[in-house]
Amino acid sequence: MDSLNAIVLLLNYLFVPALSYGSQLALGAIFVSLIYGILRFAYFTAGDLMSFGTMFTILFTWYFQSIGINLGFLPTALLAMPFGIIITILYVLAKDKLVFSYYRTQKSPPVMLAMVSIGTMFVTQAIVRIIIGPFDRRFFDGEKFILKANEFKEMTGLNEGLTIKSTQVITLVVTVVVVSILFWFLNRTKTGKSMRAYSDNEDLALLSGIDPKKVVMITWVIAAILATIGGALYGLDKSFKPFTYFNNMLPIFAAAIVGGIGNPFGAFLGGYVIAFSEILLTYAYKKFFVYLLPESLEPDGLLQLLSTDYKFAVSFSILVVVLLFRPSGIFKGKVL
Amino acid sequence: MRKNLDIISAYSIMLGLIILVGFLQSWSMALSILCLCLISAVMTMGANIQWGYAGLINFGIMGYTALGGLAAVLVSVPPVREAWQVGGFNMILCAFLIAFMVFSIRFIMKKYNQSKKRSYGIAAIIIVGLILLRLISAPAIESIESVSPATTGFLGGMGLPILFSWIVGAFFAGALAYIIGKIALGLRADYLAIATLLISEIVISVIKHEDWLARGVKNVIGLKRPVPYEVDLQSKEWFINLVEKFNQGTLNLITNTLERQEALKQLIIESSTVFVKLCFAGLFTIVVIILLIITQKALYSPWGRMMRAIRDNEEAANAMGKNVVKQHLLIFVLGSAIVGIAGAMMVTYDGLFTPGSYRPMRYTFLIWVMVIVGGSGNNFGAILGGFAVWFLWVEAAPIALFLINFFTSGLEETNAFRVHLVNSIPYFRFLMMGIGLLLIMRYRPKGILPEKIKHI
Repeated sequence: MDSLNAIVLLLNYLFVPALSYGSQLALGAIFVSLIYGILRFAYFTAGDLMSFGTMFTILFTWYFQSIGINLGFLPTALLAMPFGIIITILYVLAKDKLVFSYYRTQKSPPVMLAMVSIGTMFVTQAIVRIIIGPFDRRFFDGEKFILKANEFKEMTGLNEGLTIKSTQVITLVVTVVVVSILFWFLNRTKTGKSMRAYSDNEDLALLSGIDPKKVVMITWVIAAILATIGGALYGLDKSFKPFTYFNNMLPIFAAAIVGGIGNPFGAFLGGYVIAFSEILLTYAYKKFFVYLLPESLEPDGLLQLLSTDYKFAVSFSILVVVLLFRPSGIFKGKVL
Repeated sequence: MRKNLDIISAYSIMLGLIILVGFLQSWSMALSILCLCLISAVMTMGANIQWGYAGLINFGIMGYTALGGLAAVLVSVPPVREAWQVGGFNMILCAFLIAFMVFSIRFIMKKYNQSKKRSYGIAAIIIVGLILLRLISAPAIESIESVSPATTGFLGGMGLPILFSWIVGAFFAGALAYIIGKIALGLRADYLAIATLLISEIVISVIKHEDWLARGVKNVIGLKRPVPYEVDLQSKEWFINLVEKFNQGTLNLITNTLERQEALKQLIIESSTVFVKLCFAGLFTIVVIILLIITQKALYSPWGRMMRAIRDNEEAANAMGKNVVKQHLLIFVLGSAIVGIAGAMMVTYDGLFTPGSYRPMRYTFLIWVMVIVGGSGNNFGAILGGFAVWFLWVEAAPIALFLINFFTSGLEETNAFRVHLVNSIPYFRFLMMGIGLLLIMRYRPKGILPEKIKHI
């Protein structure tokens, strides 16, 4: 019984939150990785693009709520997401046309493009803050919990409760669906294959008649879709605040590099690596060992490896270690 | 003279703008803009050395700035004796332990060839060391932080004049840069950017959460100043006489003695803040000029030529027998040290150290905008970039308000759209920065004052 309790405890405080946080990071990391693979620069606007998409999702959610449309027990935001995606796609395509395409035709070095993406980061951030303001917004509605701690305790008779928020399940389901569609697209369709070819060797791809404009456009469309979905899921699960989204850029980059930048599947796993290590290393294991060990061996301290303040620092340290020992990432980057 | 016409005219315009602020808003405002412009100029010089001379991207500027600020605290605050008594020994022990760990790892790395055994040995040293550190430091930290936590709760500093911290800050930042450089300089450009950005975040989170070091997010306030305090000035006779002399004309117009006394008092209060800021501006100008002379000399020395050669063609420079790795590390350390000076200067100017205020937007990306806008590879350009961008950053709000009022003058005062725009004025500065950066990168990619290479 005690070991069951211990497992449920870990499930509740470690596994479930890490899984949903990891999915949100993974979605971001995949598109950063894709842009790196195909457009060949570090896209510093990543976090702010996510907040841009989320902002429009929120605006549409409010609009739907005001005219009385909802999805019952599901959050209205799911309905608003496609509209947010469309606007984000238009935004990134306009940005590409106005800003990035010039540097592509000039064959500027990647550093230049990264700098330009800092410029667009400033602009995107300004747009988001001017339209919706810098404050914390919650836009979740519908059923909040799928499984409440009390219900679980009654059901199983254990001491520890297991809480599953509906946003966590939605995050997981949406991530699985989106990522499987994405990998099917990249691996099975002609366009996806041409994208991979372009990423692998630009000159050869151009020789074999792949249209670079189309590849670039589709990359941006995928980036916008993933950014909006990832951002909206994060906002549903926690809350929407432009500043936290900007900060999320850092673990997203960490995930992309850990997974091997330019490799979407690596980035997908990298998101989970980052999320799990952040939570595993900052969790206080005292209660867990109280359940498992006999009373005489009970631990005194919190058994916390690092204080929770160092959450971000953990993922960045992992990144530094990975960069030191495997610069191409855990799953070998640049293969797509 | 004609050769430097662009530099002279750009700087005169900049100075004219600041003086204009003095006339239109207030002199105190103009001087604080000037002071922060000078600090920004030091930061951009540091970044420019790395990017302009050597082509290294360093997105960790925030970290070095914070370390410089930390130096200001550790140098100027008087030591907290009680805290040293309760936990000082253990902390010193920890420092020795860390030093021992580093040296033993270095020894192993040198002595043995790469093998599984060596990796396990190093891992074992690190793990055992960390556990020991934790065991030794945990009780000490707890007792240090419980020494009157409302005012101190940290080890304190050395109680020296704060001006020393400008040098100490440079050393701190340089030491960090040495470690980071050893780790990350082998990476490709954009990897380096991301790695330095993330490492600077780690530095910030350590400063934020290690309360025994500098009180963390509880902030250290009331740091000593290298210039007189306003309150002291207001009672000094020579200062009162000076103010009276300067404002003879306006004071003579007032005939009533009592009113005249009142007016003089007001003037003294106003001019004391201006005087203090003037002192700061003078100090900062000295630093900027010294750094400018050194960097200019370096740029046109054989060493500067070698750096440019490395930047423009690394392989060729390598083939000519230049040690690229070593030079990269050197310039990384030098540039970061300059940024460290700026960090210490900034804390000195503010008189307080607030780790929570170090954000990448303000301290990394904005500095990069300055470097790019000003002109990378040209020290005058970098300084001008610092001035122009900081000026715009501060004055963006009034400009935005003016523009909004101009374009929405057809709408009513209470129009929801207009009110919303007016409320979001603070964020227009991001828009201006972004659009400014994009325009400069597109139409003048070398910056306002581009790099000039003298051919001998």
